[in-house]
Amino acid sequence: MNIAMTVNGVRIARDVESRQNLVDFLRYELQLTGTHVGCEHGVCGACTVRVDGKLVRGCLLLAVQADGCRVETIEGLAESGALTRLQDAFRHENALQCGFCTPGMLLTAHALLERVARHNPPEIREAIGGNYCRCTGYHAIVQAIARAAELRSGREAATGADGEAPTDGGYIGRTVTRPQTARLVAGRGTYTDDVFIPRLAHVAFVRSPHAHARMTHIDTADAKVLPGVIAVVTGRELAQHCDPWVGVLKNYAGMKSAPQYPLALYKAVWMGEPVVAVVAESRALAEDGCARVKIAWEPLPPVVDAEAALAPGATLIHPELGDNLVLEAKINAGDVDAAFREADLVVRETYETGRHTVVSLEPRVVLADYAPADETLTVYHSGQAPYMLHDILSRHLRIPEHRVRVINKDVGGSFGLKIHTYPDEIAACALAVMLGRPVKFLADRIESFQTDIHSRDHRVTAEVAVRRDGTITAMRVDDLAPVGPFSMYPRSSVVESGQILRTTPGPYKLRHYAARGRVVFQNKTPMSQYRAVGHPVAALVMEAMVDRVARELKLDPVDVRRRNLLTADMYPYTAASGLFFEKLSHEESLDSVLALAHYPALCKERDGLRARGVYRGLGLCVFIDLTVPGAQTYGTGGARISSQDGTTIRLEPSGKLTVISSITEQGQGTDTILAQVAATAVGVAIEDVRVVTGDTMVTPYGGGTWGSRGAGIGGEATLLTGKALKENILKVAAVVLDVEALTLDVRGGQIIDARTGDARMPLAELGRIAYFRPDTLPKDFQSELTITRHYVPRHQPLAYTNGVQLSYVEVDPDTGFVKLLGHWVAEDCGRIINPMLVDEQIRGGVAHGLGDALWEHCIYDANGQLLTTTMMDYLVPMAAEMPDIWVSHVETPTSYSEGGFKGAGEGGVAGAPGAVLNAVNDALAPLGARITRVPITPEVVLRALGRL
Amino acid sequence: MLERYGDDGRILAGGQSLVPTLNMRLATPRAVIDINRLPGLNDIRASADGLAIGALARHDEVEHSTLVHERAPLIAAAMPHVGHAAIRARGTFGGSLALADPAAELPACVVALDATIRVASRHGTRDIAAADFFRGIYTTALTPGEVVVEVIIPRGDGTWRHGFDELARRHGDFALAGLAARVRVGGHAVRDARLVFFGVGSVPVRAHQAEAALKAAGDVRAAGRALATELDPPGDIHGSPELRRHLAGVLLERVVGTLLERHP
Repeated sequence: MNIAMTVNGVRIARDVESRQNLVDFLRYELQLTGTHVGCEHGVCGACTVRVDGKLVRGCLLLAVQADGCRVETIEGLAESGALTRLQDAFRHENALQCGFCTPGMLLTAHALLERVARHNPPEIREAIGGNYCRCTGYHAIVQAIARAAELRSGREAATGADGEAPTDGGYIGRTVTRPQTARLVAGRGTYTDDVFIPRLAHVAFVRSPHAHARMTHIDTADAKVLPGVIAVVTGRELAQHCDPWVGVLKNYAGMKSAPQYPLALYKAVWMGEPVVAVVAESRALAEDGCARVKIAWEPLPPVVDAEAALAPGATLIHPELGDNLVLEAKINAGDVDAAFREADLVVRETYETGRHTVVSLEPRVVLADYAPADETLTVYHSGQAPYMLHDILSRHLRIPEHRVRVINKDVGGSFGLKIHTYPDEIAACALAVMLGRPVKFLADRIESFQTDIHSRDHRVTAEVAVRRDGTITAMRVDDLAPVGPFSMYPRSSVVESGQILRTTPGPYKLRHYAARGRVVFQNKTPMSQYRAVGHPVAALVMEAMVDRVARELKLDPVDVRRRNLLTADMYPYTAASGLFFEKLSHEESLDSVLALAHYPALCKERDGLRARGVYRGLGLCVFIDLTVPGAQTYGTGGARISSQDGTTIRLEPSGKLTVISSITEQGQGTDTILAQVAATAVGVAIEDVRVVTGDTMVTPYGGGTWGSRGAGIGGEATLLTGKALKENILKVAAVVLDVEALTLDVRGGQIIDARTGDARMPLAELGRIAYFRPDTLPKDFQSELTITRHYVPRHQPLAYTNGVQLSYVEVDPDTGFVKLLGHWVAEDCGRIINPMLVDEQIRGGVAHGLGDALWEHCIYDANGQLLTTTMMDYLVPMAAEMPDIWVSHVETPTSYSEGGFKGAGEGGVAGAPGAVLNAVNDALAPLGARITRVPITPEVVLRALGRL
Repeated sequence: MLERYGDDGRILAGGQSLVPTLNMRLATPRAVIDINRLPGLNDIRASADGLAIGALARHDEVEHSTLVHERAPLIAAAMPHVGHAAIRARGTFGGSLALADPAAELPACVVALDATIRVASRHGTRDIAAADFFRGIYTTALTPGEVVVEVIIPRGDGTWRHGFDELARRHGDFALAGLAARVRVGGHAVRDARLVFFGVGSVPVRAHQAEAALKAAGDVRAAGRALATELDPPGDIHGSPELRRHLAGVLLERVVGTLLERHP
């Protein structure tokens, strides 16, 4: 159909397919890629645009319906200057991380500010309540909108958007606004789906409708003849071009899994597993093709429940493995039985944590471009670990390593989702090779729910032995973890359970500890590592047990914690579970969070309201958190994932720095902290630093950003590189100025006299001489102004960090609804590089944990059918339900590295579910009810109260 | 056109429910018939018999209409619960009724208000009482070729009080249970009542027994006991039948309790 409309003030006319929705039209026909697609069913708000002045969801309007209308997108509004105040406020408050939701969020906020001049936070939360953000936890967004409103009404003077200027030449420990957010608030990010390549083909997949079923016949004839369809490929055909993989780590003794192919060969083992690929000229045509593929299915008994999977006679998902057990692991330390015999009190409980998934707003997406002429494969991938994918593609698609290139453009949220090998992504790459042309796969939201890794599905039985005074002497833990039909490749699916076993006693002194973990195959979506792997479950179990001990013994929960926490004089410390703690700050962090929250006043308020029939509760959660995984990580298990990272810094002739790192950026601000470290180490202004990441043809080899390793490993590598470059700069300066290098220093982009501080020469002059007039330098002198250094932590396996969270809730005992009133976190991530970015990592993590606690749940029926496949069914936290989140910092640097940096990416998640569970149980205590599972739904609360 | 395509044709009004099902390929009609540009269907006007809301009136127009606030305050109270602002900018009043989602707010409101739904086809128009309009999940009394054109809400006599509330997991979600209520109080007695629950059945559920108990005993507790026996809610991933029945009872107590406490 022919349509005409005005888009951002420009008249356009096009012939469009009547079924194309407005956002696809804007993105793919007009290449206005600032408007994003997050769900396609009107829930997430990422596609918000203005049509005739009104905010609408671009995915819920057909393009033809906008015929004759005036359409405005982020690009137009940003260029008009209408959003300047909001954009500045968003950047200043770091109210965006990955930036994928930001255009929709800005348009929604803009509409709110247009209506009324000033707004209070609850109104702001309601107004943006239909815009999903997975990164921030909304706190900073609310602050930014309030700030923009203040600025508009002239109540507050604008301050510089670039944070504090350094006084001593150092940026470490200072809040610096992220440079790259300038692009993102203007709708000028480039996410993988924003990459346009000539002759691009699109792949869609026929997926198994059954949890467990054999394919007896596949008929692709009808699909192949559909105009626009390029190829229809079955698993057996694709297997000719791609070798299977097995997700086993050798360092887990006895672990097993089965070979996995990009498309299932003979039988499907979870609902959503890809079985046939259809490649076509457009995604819509590829889906049309999928609808024409006919598969004869012979359903097999689904293995759903973990206990049933282990029972004798259970259906075997991989008969050749002999049973459905992936791994059984045990820890036995001290004399547990004796400690239990001698205990004054034994408390036992079973906790269940619901299956959770990641829901990054940008779905998984890969664009694979194979050039047959020179046999090179270039893959644009929304990911966190480009070299890991590079290695996998090289080996499994049989392409020499140097002919593969993996590029991470902007990544719209990841959180551990995008560090795994997904069959549909590998299939897209294999198809590109097979067809000799570029192929793109972009998961839609239903596919995301069915095939993104899930996590956190655990049943943990725990038992503690306690003395009358509240001292916990021993613990037993038994974890049952069903992880889907395959162990994920290459990181496996046993790490979460392993973490639960190792970290449950966490911050406490107990010396007698026994644990068993059983990891089990089942016919559900594969589970694997996702942000804060295992910690939320472990901390919930431990901290719920501590609160039970306090209640049984009528002791104060704060006092019981103080009695059992590791104290400052005990480090370095090796825990009963085998974990090594260099130095942690439990007591100081506990004090810090209680002071931050004005804890005694909250207790008083809670008690006062209880007398009036209002049930409020306070819940603490002390946690430890794994960061900075060391040299033995993954490689010892046989997985080819680098535990080492590298940074190259090049001094440009004009005195600017180009920093090129193997660490990646998914919204956390890793590129900003690398710039801070580089600027500090070399002695230049941060404006003079540009950071390049995410391209395996360009950066040093390394692991990428996961496991809270960006600062601790990438930051340290950058620090070492910067220092080495400075040394070399001073060597050049010494030659040019004919003085000893030791008498010189670099500060503010100038060579200075180290003693007096007097400027001797700008770096630009040094660069000019080194690059363009080497003839003026001595014959035996060669300048080296591009430096690469690597770093891998060797002194401890992991740099553990710690913190404490406090949740304040109100429970309505009639409806079972829980309202989050406030959340406080004291965290200790070692030496802080950028306090604002640490705050935002913590807040964003807390939001994930609060989702765990109250809403998020992948629900299956008895046949293994996933029932929560839309964002109306899988409930993520939205702004209106989220509390303000307040953060304080304790700094305990590691002494094993020069920077002293540890990680901050996951601790926010670790403590949140436990804090909420404890708070809810505190609120319910006067009513005699206790909850032992998350998510805490109204149903769970009312059943605990005996009201259903 | 609707007649030509029959079951293969779908009316597109606001598109806030139809387009997601198209995007996700849950519905694959041969024809989508866009009625948005049909003239005269988006009026909100006072008529002799009350208030008429055109089928294509957008939710946000209804939400901010002075006429609706004056003449159908129950609908004004319900509107902020319908999705989020960007949804209300496109979603239509008639579309919400014609879709007949059992968890939606507006079907319950029109039943509680004894509204009349005017539908049209090539053969003319006819009026259907709201109470007779909703037949099952996503099923109405519309016959093939008919579309909703207007909803007429009768003029009240000033003696009715209205109340609306719902319990949803998150702001803007479909409710686990909701209640659109009207009561007429005379002296200390309840003279008449309309208690229409949503999210607890395949259609908006008018709780006749609870209404009768309210009139007879004048007390919310009795109505609650009656309600517990007459509701038979479905269960799904968001809530079991027991949960929905329980929450409906809580809403009854809260909404009607407030109405009865409030003196004119």
